[in-house]
Amino acid sequence: MNAKGIVFKYGDNVDTDVIIPARYLNSSDPAELATHCMEDIDKEFVKKVQKGDIIVAEKNFGCGSSREHAPIAIKAAGVSCVIAETFARIFYRNAINIGLPIIECAEASKGIDAGDEVEVDFDSGMIYNRTKGTEFKGQPFPEFMQRIIAEGGLIPYINSQK
Amino acid sequence: MGMTMTQKILAAAAGLDKVEAGQLIEANLDLVLGNDITSPVAIKEMEKMKVNGVFNKDKIALVPDHFVPNKDIKSAEHCKCVREFARRNEITNYFEVGQMGIEHALLPEKGLTVAGDVIIGADSHTCTYGALGAFSTGVGSTDMAAGMATGKAWFKVPSAIKFNIVGKPDKWVSGKDVILHIIGMIGVDGALYKSMEFVGEGIANLSMDDRFTIANMAIEAGGKNGIFPVDALAEEYMKEHSTRSYKIFEADEDAIYDEEYTIDLSSLRPTIAFPHLPENTHTIDEITEDIAIDQVVIGSCTNGRLDYLRIAARVLEDRHIAEGMRCIVIPATQAIYLQAMEEGLLKIFIEAGAIVSTPTCGPCLGGYMGVLAEGEKCVSTTNRNFVGRMGHINSEIYLASPAVAAASAITGKISSPYELDM
Repeated sequence: MNAKGIVFKYGDNVDTDVIIPARYLNSSDPAELATHCMEDIDKEFVKKVQKGDIIVAEKNFGCGSSREHAPIAIKAAGVSCVIAETFARIFYRNAINIGLPIIECAEASKGIDAGDEVEVDFDSGMIYNRTKGTEFKGQPFPEFMQRIIAEGGLIPYINSQK
Repeated sequence: MGMTMTQKILAAAAGLDKVEAGQLIEANLDLVLGNDITSPVAIKEMEKMKVNGVFNKDKIALVPDHFVPNKDIKSAEHCKCVREFARRNEITNYFEVGQMGIEHALLPEKGLTVAGDVIIGADSHTCTYGALGAFSTGVGSTDMAAGMATGKAWFKVPSAIKFNIVGKPDKWVSGKDVILHIIGMIGVDGALYKSMEFVGEGIANLSMDDRFTIANMAIEAGGKNGIFPVDALAEEYMKEHSTRSYKIFEADEDAIYDEEYTIDLSSLRPTIAFPHLPENTHTIDEITEDIAIDQVVIGSCTNGRLDYLRIAARVLEDRHIAEGMRCIVIPATQAIYLQAMEEGLLKIFIEAGAIVSTPTCGPCLGGYMGVLAEGEKCVSTTNRNFVGRMGHINSEIYLASPAVAAASAITGKISSPYELDM
């Protein structure tokens, strides 16, 4: 499985309140949440994002609230992968559980800029910056998490165990 | 190699003699929690599962608290979804408006969380129950759904940071100052994926409410959980509030910690986190310029408990808030509200010019009941000061203790009770 797209780049500590502000949490509809994704940090994001695009950030992406609405909004906006130096732990769990691919890679976080075209190979964990001609090795998931992702998230994984 | 308190609880819940940091385990759950924001998503996910209902109707707690009493039609629909699910599945611990409170104040008060428990909640501040010696951690809605259906959750066993607490705090220093000091020291990702284990003789000088506040904000340092040893005070609390039996786990002498810090409570000063991260801390003495504020919020799962209403009332008694100030006081549960009324605290608040609200998370996350306009500044006893958290993206939140919040409401600028000659 691969992801390929144009990069939106953010810094440290992108919190779930800017990914999807709580004023929109009176809805749980993915399509509606997607229309407000990243609104408080980047008003241009929803206007520009194309299916397959990639978010690259620095440390502690997704910190704050446990709202699953955050990875849901990102996925529903069309983002194919989030790459960060580190992820906040609840966001990390939630992303795996809903089937939003994420990869931890400090070097990629430093070596990729906004607007770069990036391709990710989830099987090998390789990240290719097609614009700059560079490549990075991301942190692969433990086998257990790979099984959850392969099933498409936690619920299908549990269903498959029965 | 020994185990930490957290590792021992997780090992027991997984039916293992021993676990080590990094190990993936499946643990049995004692309680699964959700609120009106996260439960509707979980309920939708659970419907996709091949199950006929919940694993145990007594071990699920549903607490609509974020946008209740319903703030708008969409919120009302969410609450209705949770209410109907609770009814359909005969959930014992569903708390309707009138019985509810802010979830993390309510559950310990109702005796639903005790030492040794493994608890997941679809709310990041679920880590609060570590104050009672439980392992509790925030998860998302899908984990909540799986937990409700199966009574199990997977965890990566965390490594730990040890905080050795010594000394006795000054009278205007409380749990909030302790945890803000720690977050300022280690940063908002300083405990990422780890448990924060608080130990030491100084814990005896922290009230249960202080311990709830400290454990509550472990997530603000990125922590998986925060946990305290169970002492006589914690046992007394559990006996008073719960009929459930509890199990005390202690860390092994040779438990491994990634880092160790000593926190001397006697050296702490009222501490304030400036916009827009909880790690941007300054002590009151380091603030040299006047910072004028528009609003004060005293409440939340962090600071809405009785100790703190008493502290705020002590500061506000026979005084009046500054002209143009809005001061919003939110007792965290109905029981706290009632007790505050009987003690005369609500009268003090109202006479000082504050308002007193029914229990709600509302203003903390910019939902309702105190949303900020562009350019406004708020001193809040809540837990997050991210961009836009309480309203407009150009508003500012200063996180502080109830003592600082109440003093600031009086002077109209960031202040401590010391400035009021208290």
